[in-house]
Amino acid sequence: MILKLDNLTRSFGSLKAVDGVHLEIARGEALGIIGPNGAGKSTLFNLVTGLLRPDTGSIWFDGRDITHASPRARCIAGIGRSFQIPLPFENLTVFENLLVAAIHGRGRREAQVIDACGEILERTGLIAFANRRAGALNLLGRKRLELARALASAPRLLLLDEIAGGLTEAECGELVRLVQDINKSGMTIIWVEHIVHVLVAVVSRLMVLNFGRKIIEGEPRPVMASAEVREIYMGIAA
Amino acid sequence: MRPEANKPAALGEGRHSPRFAVATATRASIIAALAVIPAVLILIALPAFADRALLQELFYVFTMLTLAQLWNLLAGSAGLISVGQQAFVGMGAYALFAFTIIAGLDPVLSIVLAGIVAGALAVPAALIVFRLRGAYFAIGTWVVAEVCRLVLAQVKHLGGGTGTSLPPDIAGSMIGLDFVRHLFRVRGPAARDILSYWLALVLVVGTFILVYRLLRSRHGLALSAVGDSEPAAESTGVDVFRTKFLIYVVTAIVTGMVGALLFLQKARISPDAAFSLIDWTAYVIFIVVIGGIGTMEGPIIGVVIFYLLQYYLAALGSWYLILLGALAILLMLFAPSGVWGVISHYFDISLFPVRRRLVVPERAGLRKESLR
Ligand SMILES: Nc1ncnc2c1ncn2[C@@H]1O[C@H](COP(=O)(O)OP(=O)(O)O)[C@@H](O)[C@H]1O
Ligand SMILES: [Mg+2]
Repeated sequence: MILKLDNLTRSFGSLKAVDGVHLEIARGEALGIIGPNGAGKSTLFNLVTGLLRPDTGSIWFDGRDITHASPRARCIAGIGRSFQIPLPFENLTVFENLLVAAIHGRGRREAQVIDACGEILERTGLIAFANRRAGALNLLGRKRLELARALASAPRLLLLDEIAGGLTEAECGELVRLVQDINKSGMTIIWVEHIVHVLVAVVSRLMVLNFGRKIIEGEPRPVMASAEVREIYMGIAA
Repeated sequence: MRPEANKPAALGEGRHSPRFAVATATRASIIAALAVIPAVLILIALPAFADRALLQELFYVFTMLTLAQLWNLLAGSAGLISVGQQAFVGMGAYALFAFTIIAGLDPVLSIVLAGIVAGALAVPAALIVFRLRGAYFAIGTWVVAEVCRLVLAQVKHLGGGTGTSLPPDIAGSMIGLDFVRHLFRVRGPAARDILSYWLALVLVVGTFILVYRLLRSRHGLALSAVGDSEPAAESTGVDVFRTKFLIYVVTAIVTGMVGALLFLQKARISPDAAFSLIDWTAYVIFIVVIGGIGTMEGPIIGVVIFYLLQYYLAALGSWYLILLGALAILLMLFAPSGVWGVISHYFDISLFPVRRRLVVPERAGLRKESLR
């Protein structure tokens, strides 16, 4: 087991954004999370990466209780993430964005990580933009950079928050193959995505959130066919 | 065992011959680097030819340029918009007066000690202002400076609210003064101007080297990351607090040394002059904004424009200040990256190569296709 969430709850005022979520993920697994806007998916990621603190419950990573660890400590321990609304380091180049993660997130020296960063840029289709200011990228480029920068810290657990939005069918296909490859290399993946057919091409298990609560969890096919999901997703997932 | 032995092999790892390389230098930066050594040598030798007035003007330009480069590091790179740097100028200046008048130490040694005092002030100040966000951070830095001004106004030994002068024998006893006097065959006051000019030159060159080295290091990457997005920085392993704290204290130390030197040259201090918001922060922000925030070249251009404006227009009195403000606002609206931003955009040049460029091998384009 690489990640375990135990009764995780987080409120904003009277709103329970994440409400008593239990979750266990095995090493090397790929888990998908779906749910309507405002269901608490990004909040759950913020709790796992430490940008938000839970009101109750605990988070275990690789057998250690990290509930009170800093975001930095969690990154160094091996949790990488992308942000749904991209947060590039705008005044650095695309390549330097990756260097930050590779140097600070892995504790390596610059010379040791150049090749790794270059290859990640190739695989994420950003190599032609390596020396551009990240602030000059369009939304698509920024989303790719989110994925690339998360990979540069060489995480063992990768959290992806809606990285496929706005992609063409062909680009979605490429992304699916890339995430599959990453997963096959041994990295555990949790992927939040609205585009369900993209998600189910990669993940072996699906969790559905609504109003902060886990509605259902299991293999993608039965989950998508369940009455609960049909009710929430009327039409969307058809 | 390596600590990461149970991690999946990261991309690009275990390869023997490196495929990618990193370059920093550009043609313009190489020319600049070649030009800078003779330029500095000429500046060192300048007191042999130049008259006192020119040295005094350059002294002012160098000290303002140093303050501007330091503020630019704080605000332009790390996103720490301080409007309270006069706290460290004033504290350094007062520390110099205290060390020389009360403790009887040498003025040049006291400049270094004044930097340490300013750095010591920055430690508790950082713990307070870093709790504040955005505009509140800026206000917090200003409050810290005001508190320092009010406290120093209570210190009777240093003249209280009206201030005090540096006794002539103290300024006349500086280390190195006799050397300068003999070298250039000049009188005491002229020798003092030369020595102050050299000290200002040391500070400005030293600051440029410090900032450049910092930006080229891993801390420089962290600094820019923190300035652009704190949540993303800490999620990629950057120690956000430590990075901001380090930069705040380091700039405070050098700012304090500049303050000490400025008021050693003035030989007169008062709380209002030492903690002046206009002189040590507003002008400095003007210089950085006009020249181009976030670049090392910007403050150089900015200080030249600022100096020329002051030289020709300062006689206009308050109209001069209104003009400065209007100019800064116009520039922020129409050229937010400043004069250097416009130049480097059109000519694609950089004199201080702080950006790391990935050099992609020729074959990479082909390989990219074959990966698909
Ligand atoms: N920092 C915050 N402060 C207040 N409310 C928040 C904050 N972050 C998220 N929320 C609220 O929590 C709920 C869940 O948000 P989020 O996790 O972003 O949903 P999702 O990612 O599933 O669309 C939403 O109602 C959102 O408005
Ligand atoms: Mg979301």
